[in-house]
Amino acid sequence: MLNFLGKRILQLIPTLFFVSILIFSLQHLLPGDPALVMAGEERDPAVIEQIRQQYRLDRPIPVQYFYWVKGVLSGDFGESLRVKAPVLSLIGQKLPVTMQLAAMAIVIAFLIGIPAGIISAVKKGTVWDYGANLFALWGISTPNFWLGIMLIFLFSIELGWLPASGFVPLSEDWRANLASTIMPAFVLGNAIAAILMRHTRSAMLQVLESDYVRTARAKGLSERSVILKHAMRNALTPIITLGALELGTLLSGAVLTEQIFSIPGFGKLIVDAVFNRDYAVVQGVVLVTATIYIALNLIADIAYILVNPRLRA
Amino acid sequence: MKIVRSAVTAAALLLSFEAGALAETALRIGIAQDPDILDPSIGRTYVGRIVFSAFCDKLFDIDEKLNIVPQLALSYESSADGKEMTIKLRPGVKFHDGEPLDAQAAKFSIERHMTLPTSFRKSELASVDHVEVVDPLTIKLVLKTPFAPLITQLTDRSGMMVSPKAAKEEGDKFGLHPVCAGPYKFVERVAQDRLVFERFADYWNKDNIFIDRVVFQPIVDATVRLANLKSGALDLIERVLATDIKDVRSDPRLVLSTAPELGYQGLTINIANDKNKGALSQSEKVRQALDLSIDREALNQVVFNGEFTPGNQWVSPQHPYYQQAFPIQKRDVEKAKALLKEAGVPLPIPVDFMVPQGAEEQAVAQVLQSMAAESGFDLKIRVIEFATSFKQAQAGEFQIFQIPWSGRIDPDGNSYVFLHTKAPQNDGGYSNPEADKAMEDARLVSDPAQRKAIYEKMTKVVLNDEPIIYIYHRKLLIAHTAKLEGYRQMPDGLVRVVGLKFK
Repeated sequence: MLNFLGKRILQLIPTLFFVSILIFSLQHLLPGDPALVMAGEERDPAVIEQIRQQYRLDRPIPVQYFYWVKGVLSGDFGESLRVKAPVLSLIGQKLPVTMQLAAMAIVIAFLIGIPAGIISAVKKGTVWDYGANLFALWGISTPNFWLGIMLIFLFSIELGWLPASGFVPLSEDWRANLASTIMPAFVLGNAIAAILMRHTRSAMLQVLESDYVRTARAKGLSERSVILKHAMRNALTPIITLGALELGTLLSGAVLTEQIFSIPGFGKLIVDAVFNRDYAVVQGVVLVTATIYIALNLIADIAYILVNPRLRA
Repeated sequence: MKIVRSAVTAAALLLSFEAGALAETALRIGIAQDPDILDPSIGRTYVGRIVFSAFCDKLFDIDEKLNIVPQLALSYESSADGKEMTIKLRPGVKFHDGEPLDAQAAKFSIERHMTLPTSFRKSELASVDHVEVVDPLTIKLVLKTPFAPLITQLTDRSGMMVSPKAAKEEGDKFGLHPVCAGPYKFVERVAQDRLVFERFADYWNKDNIFIDRVVFQPIVDATVRLANLKSGALDLIERVLATDIKDVRSDPRLVLSTAPELGYQGLTINIANDKNKGALSQSEKVRQALDLSIDREALNQVVFNGEFTPGNQWVSPQHPYYQQAFPIQKRDVEKAKALLKEAGVPLPIPVDFMVPQGAEEQAVAQVLQSMAAESGFDLKIRVIEFATSFKQAQAGEFQIFQIPWSGRIDPDGNSYVFLHTKAPQNDGGYSNPEADKAMEDARLVSDPAQRKAIYEKMTKVVLNDEPIIYIYHRKLLIAHTAKLEGYRQMPDGLVRVVGLKFK
């Protein structure tokens, strides 16, 4: 186990190195000049030149890359061209927000998706199954932005129960925090719930037809015990990986949903940074996201082993 | 049951007391973008200017009719030769850190705008040679050449005063914790989420400040901004969509404030930098034909429900500098076709039409495309993201660029940088010595009548050459809750918080 962990962690280093080169070069392929974008309506050539020099935008790309990596290794991710704040402090402001939202969304997704998947598998071909499938189809095919705006209209404007947008930190007021995050978390969780439901259903169906389940039933175990203790445990292993990957996607920022609900998370940070060609911010956010994604994959692998003892060898 | 009811009543009472004790008023303003850095020397966005007006007072301000009115300065006087401007400061003004705003501080602020390496105010103050302290409350700007638009620069970021102590300590990071002399002082900023300001107890005009806090919240989507205003989560929003005007007007809880914008929406035509030497770059007759193909009123009706103002000059028809002698021409397809025949260009004329992303921008482009097609133009719309459009505009990679200008108070700010030979934003490479001369002359005289006469000459030349086809002027659309009292919309679109109160 430890050996396995050590190997996986060592693999992180070349992966991250490769990611850093990829981020850096892809971003420089984008058309547009950060200094020009920064100047906006005030295009004073002398000042634009000054900005290029100050941020080393006039240097060759490998040189810029070198300075960036050097900074990152010493904990300095550079500063935002647009707001002049250090990139790390921006990430520090946004990461908790996105993490909270992602965690809530994934909890909602599991709470809805897994029971729905189990029920539809167990009650295959009944109204329950069709109902759950209909829900899944709806969840997958409903665009986030539409659902988001509809929820705002219903719960904020018509009923006045929840704030239309914005974010209140957990540390300030937990009730207001819950009120400001429940709608976006539901929008995000809903789509994932649908995916989880479909996967749970097919995994369960497969397991329910296997020999050991038949044996369990033949032993006279109660149906409840067969499903929850025997079938579900095996069916869940691929679902855990799927959940972890979906969580990784959520952490890289739910761009549209954050935009609609004005949630100041990673998604908004990176979109604004890309449009403003705020290179340091894009690089910092993508690097952190990639690291989290890889780490989550690792955690999923470990969870896999814990759930399925056969893989421990 | 009784017990439950009394417990609920008691809890409600308790809550209401608590609310009463904490009753702090806050004005929550929804803005369309997250502002850039809050340093008046380095700032360059329109949305940043909206935020500045809550906490960073200027030497002068404007009123509804674009007159110059005192703010941190009481008065100004220009010397007879126009090469010196003496400014009397308001006594007893303090910065948010308690430092006094005196002549030394004012000199420091202006010099900082002029010398900070990344200052975007350098070009606005380029005519200033140096600043002298005359007495503790008087400064004198000594100019290299007379420069009529200077006074209007002092009503904007170039006129904003910053605390010398804070600015020296923070350098180019000043914008992270700005210290000015405005009605509210900076509390905190969470990027893309909120900017919080609280009432400044020692503000020079504190008797007219009635609200404790001002909170700006960037909300990009205009529909969501409006939804927040309707649900009561915001008190005021900027940049309402023209298509939402009816909705706002029909809601008794909301008030719509409008003013004609100072800027314009136009088509910049690539005259000298077009590598493909398209027909538009070759003859003014082709450009005039394109202009004649456009029905500005119809465009306004189709895309903006008739709410905006058709225009044909760099200032709107309501502006004091609009030249009445050159009204908008009526659409005339026959005349356009005749002009194209005279120019001898084969039809249809293919045109690379660069359009920035945005629903309204694209709708305008499509209407223009179909109008121009009738005269023989084949406008090929190329929608492009904002950052890329700037780069391509500068490199001359367009034949028409549909680009808005937010506008400046002085007509010079709407014309010189776009039309003068080799000016920084003259992307189409337009050059006409006669127009250049008029723009230079207009900078030297300050008498409005004389200036208007100079601009008349220039209007004639520019409207004939058509380096930019001016199409319409937007309306500034600000909506706020009916509970807010005392709101006055200024033509620069900024939100003045002084005098505002809740009913």
